[in-house]
Amino acid sequence: MMTDKEVEETTAKVNGFENITGAEAILKCLIEEGVDTIFGYPGGAIMPVYDKLMDYDHKLRHILTRHEQGAAHAAQAYAMVTGKPGICFATSGPGATNLITGIANAYLDSIPMIFITAQVVSGLIGTDAFQETDILGVSMPVTKWNWQIKKSQDIPEIIAKAFYIATTGRPGPVLIDIAKDAQQEKLQFKYKKCNYLRSYNPHVPLNTKAIESAAIMINHAEKPMILAGHGILLSRAENELLQLAEKTGIPVAVTLLGLSAFPSGHRLYAGYLGMHGNYAPNLLTNEADLLIAIGMRFDDRVTGNLKKYAKKARIIHIEIDQAEINKNVLVDLEIHSDAKEALLNLIPLVKPNSYESWIREFRICDKIEYDRVVKEETKPETGKIRMGEVVKLVSDMTNGDAVIVTDVGQNQMTAARYYRFTQPNSLVTSGGMGTMGFGLPASVGAKIGKPDKQVITFIGDGGFQMTIQELGTILHYHIPVKIIILNNGFLGMVRQWQEMFFKKRYASTELVNPDFIAIAGGYKIPAKKVTERGELKAAIAGLLAEEGAYLLDIDIDKEGNVLPMIEPGASVSDITLNYKG
Amino acid sequence: MRQEFTLSIFSENHIGILNEITIILTRRQINIESITASESAVKGVHLLTLVVKTTPDMVRKIARQIEKLIEVLKVFVHTSDQIIYQEIALFKVSTKSMMSGNILETIVKDFNARILVVSPEYMVVEKTGHKSEINELLVHLEPFGVLQFARSGRVAITKQVKELNVYLKELDEAHRNKAETIETLK
Ligand SMILES: Cc1ncc(C[n+]2csc(CCOP(=O)(O)OP(=O)(O)O)c2C)c(N)n1
Repeated sequence: MMTDKEVEETTAKVNGFENITGAEAILKCLIEEGVDTIFGYPGGAIMPVYDKLMDYDHKLRHILTRHEQGAAHAAQAYAMVTGKPGICFATSGPGATNLITGIANAYLDSIPMIFITAQVVSGLIGTDAFQETDILGVSMPVTKWNWQIKKSQDIPEIIAKAFYIATTGRPGPVLIDIAKDAQQEKLQFKYKKCNYLRSYNPHVPLNTKAIESAAIMINHAEKPMILAGHGILLSRAENELLQLAEKTGIPVAVTLLGLSAFPSGHRLYAGYLGMHGNYAPNLLTNEADLLIAIGMRFDDRVTGNLKKYAKKARIIHIEIDQAEINKNVLVDLEIHSDAKEALLNLIPLVKPNSYESWIREFRICDKIEYDRVVKEETKPETGKIRMGEVVKLVSDMTNGDAVIVTDVGQNQMTAARYYRFTQPNSLVTSGGMGTMGFGLPASVGAKIGKPDKQVITFIGDGGFQMTIQELGTILHYHIPVKIIILNNGFLGMVRQWQEMFFKKRYASTELVNPDFIAIAGGYKIPAKKVTERGELKAAIAGLLAEEGAYLLDIDIDKEGNVLPMIEPGASVSDITLNYKG
Repeated sequence: MRQEFTLSIFSENHIGILNEITIILTRRQINIESITASESAVKGVHLLTLVVKTTPDMVRKIARQIEKLIEVLKVFVHTSDQIIYQEIALFKVSTKSMMSGNILETIVKDFNARILVVSPEYMVVEKTGHKSEINELLVHLEPFGVLQFARSGRVAITKQVKELNVYLKELDEAHRNKAETIETLK
């Protein structure tokens, strides 16, 4: 005689189903989607899933961070360096709300992620049960899509949908909230990937007429410039961008998240756009007669004062998210498309060309920027150590081959300015949100995603302390990340603004810091304090040579400023090179 | 320049969709002048009709943001001359006012309204029309003592040629063709 359980299982098998719990189904769905790494933190409501995870640890590696925000940032960084969606687990209530900063960060930077949060048992939802929060309501404005599952039978279909939505079109984070009883209840499991939703059309047919118009505009331009954004990396169009640039001879400027989409050392590289970007591409935006914007969204940090932005230029905007077109800047030609597809179609239509005198204008600007800012920042001979010289040394000593992670503030802007990126997806930074505390957990995710690369994190003494507990994750899993604290004893970027715009009144920006070397020691991470320029090179060499994790705490000029700067409200062409108090 | 727009939003019948839409409007500080939600002529498809006052530039931006929502099928933006629209209003008027002869009946007739219910205490007048006509009727009824007044949001029919079901059919076909091409390529 077969037991009831055996009868159930045999019938299920005959029908091509498996009879398993919701918790197991969640894990099987992830495996079906090619997931092998999960970042997360357990708690009461998600315990059935964690329990099952023990049976799947040969297929699914779970990284226990020390805070849910850390799990979210680590999973995001993992997604950024691997191109695979980042997966993150958290429990109900505080576990779920702790994710919000991480979700919002991924949303603004268009990162494909699946957040799975547990919810109290379905019968208690809506009753203010213990550890119940309305996480659907809370996360709605910062997710591409979210959904709550109350019945185990819905798990496969909803997770399939989640992957489809998160990874297609303009990618973004998706949150699935799963009631505890749905995790415990059995279902007949069968997985089918999702590739169609009638209300969601991530693939827009290319408007070939628009591509032809773009080619004509490009072929007739005299001072064209390409503005390349994160969309290039997300659509894996780096090669097409390179081809377009090399065929047409058009200089390429990049946004913060577009850094590494085009080699920083290329002769057509025009530099980095925006508030603390390079002199040439900002200034010459207002001289160009054609801007070809690809996979970028004209963020205010890039455009400066919109009333004085690119007034001499016609603008072509290639962008997958139609809501971004004509949102901040009115354009002359809109191409609502995936970047790679648009470029593949555009390249054959453009004429080989070169813009020698136009490029010379960039080089003249570069020389001015070098003489007035870069030289002093990267090769100072006197005074305290400067952020720029640290980044420049790291860049030279790694040949631009490392994955660079940053926190937010001066450390971030300096890393973006002075590291020479040679490989796509080699910068992991918080762009749209500017989330302090991103750097340390992100370095964990980046290293797990790219174990063969040096992963180096530049971080401020302020931001380091926002998620400092992730040193515990680094210790726990022996993650060999290289941490460089650019320690100026201040919330540096805010202090810079206070100096420039608030009469040097340093309200709540000076920090009393702990002994970071001792803290690293507590986590068994070797560390070194650097105070003198003379020790710097050897210290960096030591950091790079170390097998495991390593931390450098470098004393930086307390009142160093990141320049150039487009002051808030100023035009891109009013970019300030020198600031003398 | 601010003007009145009617947004016809076709969506999947999904819990929370209204919330998602109002989040977009709230962020831009746009007030909803009127709202009607119901099932549409296409099975399973919901129709939300919103009236907002804003600039043409802003309405284009928000329409694109709403259309970006995963469960939204299509958003149509119309100015008042591109649609045929109505609102319905109910007025509860004290029956005592009947004492004043047939003035009330004349008003009801003049306004193309009708009397729905008459009881010893009150009667209910129904008026279908544009907001201004309803407002005007309210002014005329007020002297008789309006005990209650309720009005609906706008319902609208567009003058455009391409109907939603045609659009949906095209979507489904495009998908099927694509799936077939992929199938044959294999
Ligand atoms: C979570 C969060 N809080 C506040 C800010 C505002 N903010 C931007 S930069 C900055 C200073 C960062 O200081 P530090 O981490 O020491 O880095 P530095 O600028 O000195 O390199 C602050 C407070 C922010 N971006 N994120």
